[in-house]
Amino acid sequence: MRADRHSMVRVERVIDESPTVRTLEVSEPRLEAALPGQFAMVWVPGKGELPMSVAAGRDGGAAFTVRRHGPSSTGLYEAGEGGLIGVRGPYGNSFELRERPLLVGGGTGLAPLMRLLRSAPGSGAALLVGARTAGEVFFDGLAREWGFEVTVCTEDGTRGRRGRVTEAASEMISGGRFDSVYTCGPELMMAKVVSAANSAGLFVQASVERVMKCGVGMCGSCCMGSELVCTDGSVFDGARLAANPDFGVAHRSKSGVPVRY
Amino acid sequence: MPPSLQTEVGGIALERPAMLASGILGISTDVFTRLHRAGAGAVVTKSLSSEPWEGYANPTVVGLGGGGWLNAVGLSNPGAREFARMLEGGAEAPVIVSLVGSAAEEFESMIAEFSGCRVAGYEINLSCPHVARVGLEVGDDHALVSELFGRIKKAAHVPVIAKVGLGSDYLGTVRAAVEGGADAVTAINTVRAMAIDAEACRPVLSNRVGGLSGAPIKPIGLRCVYEISSKHDVPVIGCGGISTWEDAAEYILAGARAVQVGSAVAGRADAFGEINRGLSEYMERKGHSRISEMVGLAR
Repeated sequence: MRADRHSMVRVERVIDESPTVRTLEVSEPRLEAALPGQFAMVWVPGKGELPMSVAAGRDGGAAFTVRRHGPSSTGLYEAGEGGLIGVRGPYGNSFELRERPLLVGGGTGLAPLMRLLRSAPGSGAALLVGARTAGEVFFDGLAREWGFEVTVCTEDGTRGRRGRVTEAASEMISGGRFDSVYTCGPELMMAKVVSAANSAGLFVQASVERVMKCGVGMCGSCCMGSELVCTDGSVFDGARLAANPDFGVAHRSKSGVPVRY
Repeated sequence: MPPSLQTEVGGIALERPAMLASGILGISTDVFTRLHRAGAGAVVTKSLSSEPWEGYANPTVVGLGGGGWLNAVGLSNPGAREFARMLEGGAEAPVIVSLVGSAAEEFESMIAEFSGCRVAGYEINLSCPHVARVGLEVGDDHALVSELFGRIKKAAHVPVIAKVGLGSDYLGTVRAAVEGGADAVTAINTVRAMAIDAEACRPVLSNRVGGLSGAPIKPIGLRCVYEISSKHDVPVIGCGGISTWEDAAEYILAGARAVQVGSAVAGRADAFGEINRGLSEYMERKGHSRISEMVGLAR
């Protein structure tokens, strides 16, 4: 059951994932029950509120993995152990895990994918992690600890395979080892992964990000074509994304003006 | 023959009486089409301003339980020009353009932006309770309201609606708008309100004060529609806390010729369809063949 008013919780544990990314673990029954792909609106009193995928805590509980960027995300990044934050939700739909899954993630887009992995220990899933450089790679070790096969890909070749994650993804998708694909990260990366999976006839889902204010299908800020990312998504399957005029093409600013990628 | 859900308000003909309220979901024609197909008789856009507005920082919306919502989105909108460009591509749904501003020239130039668009009407926001110098602050200045409507009526070639809320003297605002030439009145907007979080020891909304919507304000909206339609000879669109067909029927019985649905649309794609089906069954049971036969029956 979701809650639309904030439940105030203390950050229990903070883990530095990279120089700009942290995971904050929280104990909140509704979030602990969140399905992989669902998100919460997270309020940092005095700093702001932002939509956050419910990530996986190290022990399988609820967490948020945040990159410091704007005022709200920096506020959350700096909340610290014992810091008071408000959460409402969980909102949105979730991933539907099928056979022989490949997960492709970049940056904090890995957060919902890690929760998906944690929810499916025997799935035999493989994780493909993309980053610009070695210092920005995280969650690869944790996914291996959990027993999953991990491929790392950096654009500058400082860790793992050299090149774009989308190139590695295309090869893996056309290689015949996988029946389903799940992706979250920068939209142009997801658009390429979805397109490759659609072409190969694999089931594919992507978790999409847009400006969000209400999280409940009221304000319309997150519209993508006729879809509302907050309530119709944030997880969409490949056929719906292929038919959407905005996916991989344009998002909207806070005022609602379309901005091309 | 089943009863007809057609209605007419201030010269705007509607196939179905429930429309999307301003501020809700209103920035994409694709979403408008979806709502129209789900049963909305028309859609009212977000209130558009001369320039794009980002609105306030989050938190901007919070649920209060019992069907109540508090928001101070801050009239975020892409601006009249950008919106008109989008609408020039056409829209399946009848579109009522909501405008917000402080001066007659502003409204005139925004209306000029829509010269190439099919617009069913304009709704002038005299009632947003949480943004300075516009909305309720304009609505409370009755001389200005009268002047604005005189000028807007000359500039617009389609019906113009005044959207009023609970200001210092909302009936005075209605009178001023009607004297200025308003074709209809929408009542009410959200009611100025606040939420405080005891653990955080601070207001929840970044703007501190916002507007209350949803089920808690329905009795207030009903009272206002009842009063306006009793005291003024102006068609009324009822708004405030409508989520079911019973709510819509109550507003019509209070004197509304059409209604608007806002908060209840959240996550309920079929809210309009349910209202239409329920109203239709109610009308059949009560022996009404058209909406106009029901208007004001409770007065």
